[in-house]
Amino acid sequence: MSVTQLFALALSAILAENFVLVKFLGICPFLGVSKKTDTAVGMGLAVTFVMGLGSMFTWVVNTFLLVPLGLQYMQTVSYILVIAALVQVVEMFLRRALPALYSALGIYLPLITTNCAVLGVALLNTQKHFNFVLSAAYGVLAGLGFTLAIVLFSTIRERLEFSKPPKAFEGFPIALVTAGLLAMAFMGFSGLKVW
Amino acid sequence: MKKEKSKGWLEFRQNAPAMMKSGVRRAGGWLGRSFGMEPGKVAQIFKNGLVLQNPTLVLLLGMCSTLAVTTSLKNAVCMGLSTTAVLLCSNLVISLLRHWIPKQIRIACYVVVVASFVTIVDLLLQAYLPALSESLGIFIPLIVVNCIILARAEAFASKHTPGYAAMDGLAMGLGFTASLSILGVVRELLGSGTLWGVSVLGEGFQPMLLVVAPCGGFIVLGCVIAAAQWARSLAERRGKT
Repeated sequence: MSVTQLFALALSAILAENFVLVKFLGICPFLGVSKKTDTAVGMGLAVTFVMGLGSMFTWVVNTFLLVPLGLQYMQTVSYILVIAALVQVVEMFLRRALPALYSALGIYLPLITTNCAVLGVALLNTQKHFNFVLSAAYGVLAGLGFTLAIVLFSTIRERLEFSKPPKAFEGFPIALVTAGLLAMAFMGFSGLKVW
Repeated sequence: MKKEKSKGWLEFRQNAPAMMKSGVRRAGGWLGRSFGMEPGKVAQIFKNGLVLQNPTLVLLLGMCSTLAVTTSLKNAVCMGLSTTAVLLCSNLVISLLRHWIPKQIRIACYVVVVASFVTIVDLLLQAYLPALSESLGIFIPLIVVNCIILARAEAFASKHTPGYAAMDGLAMGLGFTASLSILGVVRELLGSGTLWGVSVLGEGFQPMLLVVAPCGGFIVLGCVIAAAQWARSLAERRGKT
């Protein structure tokens, strides 16, 4: 894979086709864990890690297990199992190595399993017939795109705390409208589609 | 040897009717316990699923598919009904298996059950409605990770009898479909001036492309949830006075 190809992939995964704001993958943690910037950063990095590993493992499972055996229709089931196992491992690792981050992420850590972005990137890799290196790169880059979106959003939300929206818009609605404005800004990047 | 065997067979023949009778009675009792339902409770479940605890507008679950597929009413309804089918089946099966699933690995078990049903729905759609399946894309397999399904499995199906669990799946699924349809109507009408692919607003209408674009999804959903909150506060105020 050449450097230019990697650069194009990075541009498209992080900005032009941002997973959260353009492709609508991973909205639940994006809305749920974005109240504080610290936890948002932690969540973003944990998701990036799982997405990278998940892309690699699902590629291996698909290429060496499902395709030779003609079991492609089991993709969804096997991918989600791989991801669930991975999340369990990451959880155990974080509990030992970084207990502070572990307690900060709390309930949202097991919820990475049900993050559409992780399963989504695995399915997209298969759909686009990416090879191993491209899959891994796409997983990590898409995770970085997720991190960028959630961190940006959390910084805005920290300020939103002090504003006073109309009563009906308090809480989630105003957050959604903010996310909409953020997504509008990301629409500007769509001209960057190189590849 | 042969004699003993035939003796046992005779004994079995003699006892068989009684055994079958008790078996039928047991199965009937089990069916009654599992699927017996009070109409009042069922009505409550439906009210919860459709209005009080509407998955999208009140519980705020399953946002990804909500935002992604509501660019047209057709997609929204198809997505809603697919999710309803999965939710109904998975709730039923998980509730049937609730005494056998070990606590520690329950989430993994739920996920496997849900993923199997999603695969079935996915293959059925690919076979019979290929155009819709194409336009919904990866969001059909992604029903697996729709938070609504796991949330209902964990919060309801694992604690209630199969009958109620199935009703809850149906009610929640229909609530999801209803809110998806609302969003689909608003976005399709404003964004392309059509409804279910049929032109409604006439030639002169200038479509607001922003509403169909990704950012429009967030904003329209925000406004719809705000409207729901406003309606709820209005209802509460009326209830108090």
